Amino acid sequence: MMEIVFQRPKALSDVSSHYCPGCTHGIIHRLVAEVLDELDLTGKTVGVAPVGCAVLAYNYFECDMAQAAHGRAPAVATGLKRANPANIVFTYQGDGDLAAIGTAETIHAAARGENITIIFVNNAIYGMTGGQMAPTTIPGQITQTSPYGRDPKYAGFPLKICETLSTVDGTAYAERVSVDSVKNVINAKKAIKKAFEYQMAGKGFTIVEVLSTCSTNWGLEPVEALTWLRENLIPYYPLGVYKDKEVF
Amino acid sequence: MAEKVLMKGNEAIAEAAIMAGCRHFFGYPITPQTEVAAYMAKRMPKIGGTYLQAESEIAAINMVYGASSAGVRAMTSSSSPGISLKSEGLSYMAGSDLPAVLVNIQRGGPGLGGIRPSQSDYFQATRSSGHGDFHMIVLAPNTVQEMFDLTVEAFELADRYRMTTMILGDGMLGQVMEPVDISRGEAASTVTKDWALTGTKGQRKRNIINSLYLEAEELEMLNLKRFEKYADVEKIARTDNYLTEDAEVIIVAYGICARIARNAINEARQRGIKAGLIRPVTLWPFPKNQLKAAVEKAKAFVVVEMSMGQMIQDVELSIRCSRPVHLCSRTGGMVPTPESVLEAIENAAQAERS
Repeated sequence: MMEIVFQRPKALSDVSSHYCPGCTHGIIHRLVAEVLDELDLTGKTVGVAPVGCAVLAYNYFECDMAQAAHGRAPAVATGLKRANPANIVFTYQGDGDLAAIGTAETIHAAARGENITIIFVNNAIYGMTGGQMAPTTIPGQITQTSPYGRDPKYAGFPLKICETLSTVDGTAYAERVSVDSVKNVINAKKAIKKAFEYQMAGKGFTIVEVLSTCSTNWGLEPVEALTWLRENLIPYYPLGVYKDKEVF
Repeated sequence: MAEKVLMKGNEAIAEAAIMAGCRHFFGYPITPQTEVAAYMAKRMPKIGGTYLQAESEIAAINMVYGASSAGVRAMTSSSSPGISLKSEGLSYMAGSDLPAVLVNIQRGGPGLGGIRPSQSDYFQATRSSGHGDFHMIVLAPNTVQEMFDLTVEAFELADRYRMTTMILGDGMLGQVMEPVDISRGEAASTVTKDWALTGTKGQRKRNIINSLYLEAEELEMLNLKRFEKYADVEKIARTDNYLTEDAEVIIVAYGICARIARNAINEARQRGIKAGLIRPVTLWPFPKNQLKAAVEKAKAFVVVEMSMGQMIQDVELSIRCSRPVHLCSRTGGMVPTPESVLEAIENAAQAERS
């Protein structure tokens, strides 16, 4: 008798995704789906897709899904959660969506202690539109709209979302993780699971920021992109728990 | 006889929404609609509902998008500058076929404009509420009682057609106090929302609320289908007519301007001019057939509105410019006087005689 040791999570749709080869969105989708399976949440969950690379996320999760206007996912999630508080509601957003156009919606959802979970995928670039400077593009990083490298004197500084949200009283849990290595992927899943568990317990606003790659727009091979993330993004955006209202 | 309650127009809207089964209100303060939000903030917690003050009008309309996606009756209210901010959300709601009720208590513009009553958002309400091909149903009350009645109806229409329905009022209607019979409120409709995002409970395939269609053929097909629905909505177009049977000069006015016009019509009749009023109750769909029918007797039309002339275009289109159409208007928060409307009637009548 053969034992199945690895298969597609039930919460993940059996379709090919549109993500570029080497993109880490696939890993993050899988982690969310595994958590939905393990906590038996798919039937009561509503997800909100952003505008950006993950816009088609509504095709990839088996739970009910809404697609939100650019940056408005936390407001849409707020409406969904307030209408049906028994549902589990999560958003899946990129850095342009969450940290530029949707900054107000993000911070105020946190301030209200809205009982939702945000999966924030930070790859320091606008992927879908072809690689422009993001609010999280690090100093010196070359993009289509910072072709000489981001100069903070001219283009300003990146936003550090977990650090910012850790100062907001309504935030129950904020952790930054990465998917650049097996060890970090395992930690990322733990964080995502904890965020959903906090929501189930009604603890308030939870966010997991996941440092992610964009091989295509960074102009790097997938493996090089993982190295670049490790050597450049993690030092600027240190991993760790920034807020856990059960602990500090 | 039903007991009447003295209410502000804005309060009547809020109470009507509650009686229509709305338990989710998302707002942001702006004069002169603030009483809608204040009333909701007071009442909702007592009846297990949600009043939520959003961080912006943009957030408020997107909260409505979320709540409506979840299948509940949801609404937001604002005034002119705030409605501009809601445009994005309105377009997404139309593209996702979500029902909702939106209130615009208009103030003078453009820009920050002023806080006095206006009707200068007519184009915005009926033509260009956001990007893309879409319409909202637009209802125009002219009394506090109608603020109440049309709000109840707005929820029914929104659910029936899966459209945003707008109550288009103005600062005067919002602020004026009049007796209202609130026993006319209906129980929540029983429209089944099998499309709503309530969780699959493992019993059905997932539902998706979305307005993205990357295949142009598919998007065109959906737009065509939506406009077939809009053609069906045309049947709800209606007017409230006053002394039109024999009228040679027809005033066309909605909202508070219609009430001012009635005074002028009474005076004109005493002076021997057969004047009458067609008051569009629905601004979208515009009651073009009712206007067309009036052409038989009418020699001239006078449009009274608090803008530089917006609804006048719909009047001209409806009658195919087959009669002279005059404009009597004030703008920027100014309200026409009955005297100015009377003068416009007399001038129109004079022009036909000469």
